Amino acid sequence: MKSALSNQQPSVRAPRTRHRIADGPRAILTALFLFLFASAFVTPARAQESPYIVTYNHYLEEPGSLEVEYFSTFGTQRGGNDFHSFWAEFEYGATAWWTTELYFDGQTTFNDSTIFTGFRWENRFRLLQREHFINPVLYVEYEQTSVADKILKEVEGHDVEADYAVPNAIARHEHNHEIETKLLLSKTFQGWNIAENTIATKNVTGGNPWEFGYAIGASRPLALKASAHRCNFCRENFIAGIEMYGALGDRYSFGLHETSHYLAPVVAWNLPSDWTLRLSPGFGLNDNSHRFLLRWGVSREFPNFGSAIARLFGGRKQ
Amino acid sequence: MTTTTTMPATKASLLLIAAAFALAIATVPAYAQGGTYVPKKNDGKVYAELTKAPKKAITRRNPMEKDPDAKAAGANLYDQHCAECHGELAEGTRKGPSLRVDQVQQATPGTLFWLLTNGVVRRGMPVWSKLPEPERWQIVSYLKSLAPETTGSKPPQ
Repeated sequence: MKSALSNQQPSVRAPRTRHRIADGPRAILTALFLFLFASAFVTPARAQESPYIVTYNHYLEEPGSLEVEYFSTFGTQRGGNDFHSFWAEFEYGATAWWTTELYFDGQTTFNDSTIFTGFRWENRFRLLQREHFINPVLYVEYEQTSVADKILKEVEGHDVEADYAVPNAIARHEHNHEIETKLLLSKTFQGWNIAENTIATKNVTGGNPWEFGYAIGASRPLALKASAHRCNFCRENFIAGIEMYGALGDRYSFGLHETSHYLAPVVAWNLPSDWTLRLSPGFGLNDNSHRFLLRWGVSREFPNFGSAIARLFGGRKQ
Repeated sequence: MTTTTTMPATKASLLLIAAAFALAIATVPAYAQGGTYVPKKNDGKVYAELTKAPKKAITRRNPMEKDPDAKAAGANLYDQHCAECHGELAEGTRKGPSLRVDQVQQATPGTLFWLLTNGVVRRGMPVWSKLPEPERWQIVSYLKSLAPETTGSKPPQ
């Protein structure tokens, strides 16, 4: 969600600021510590991750597993400076029906500055015990981000490209406190996964109306049978697909008027050496959208993270 | 309308959420990896799930039955996705029951495929429909090749 401030086109470029990560070092150090901590205590296993970067399907993190992820987005900006936004993500499977995640966001706007832009706490709840024709998952997120946040993890309300042209020096001082809910619907059939997300967001401290958005995706592994031997370049290690996401206005002006939309091919490479790499070039579909977004990400899953933590604090032993 | 926050508020929120995240981790039962399998009271309920497979699922034949590579591929998949909970030798761990017991070994391939697809979410086993059908059948081929519980050895791949 962008604010009224972001509707002001900056008439004068803000003074160039030194590159800095305002209150980010602590968050980044914490993230790094958790990552190294996890690496030291748990053994990895090959992930089978979906290639989506924006869309969610109905698969949750395995119970007790921690997935550490890093994502980047390079975006073009008309009427402003291009940007590189990034986020670190810690996804933990609390149970087979509940996954919880922490995000730390930041961005670099070229010829401007690098700043920490906020954090998110996300939870996904599987609503049905077994697989059905369509599988619903409830998503609830609290986010506290500044208006300078540019990760574009979701698009909602009347988010348009011009909102992102505000210089960091101004945008970083304005914060959003949002509750974001999503209904995730997903189905896998004949190797194809089809997923649809309906988004509703509310700024909990302001008088803004509910804002809406969507994301849809389809993906399939390049091969459905596993090879008898482990290999890096086997076709089953690659999952390709496409996703489309955009905004649907708000409670008072629902629809496509003054909204942005993107279409993005996606590909994931699940390496036997425990890593997953993702790549997704995205293309704006109308004049309100950034013309080009290049996203990539790397993730690693640590099974039995919960056990390692429990053992560390004197939990049950083998 | 948005709200400008002061730094202490941000830190407090961050701290609160980090604490909640830590709590989520802490509330998960402290399962251990590997170790000698001691049957748990809960295992019976997990095995009982096998009896809930619908007739249509029970009678499904394994299309990978005659594939000479199916067991080896299934063994790889098992190592990657199942061993964490059920043990490297499928002997069971605190986190997941043995797959060498009669209840599992005497179940039809279709029943095992159904359970793998649907999981036992309430008991901690996730759904595995994210693996393509042929891969799930490959895992079933491997499971059906396991020696009975008493031998404790890994089957030839």
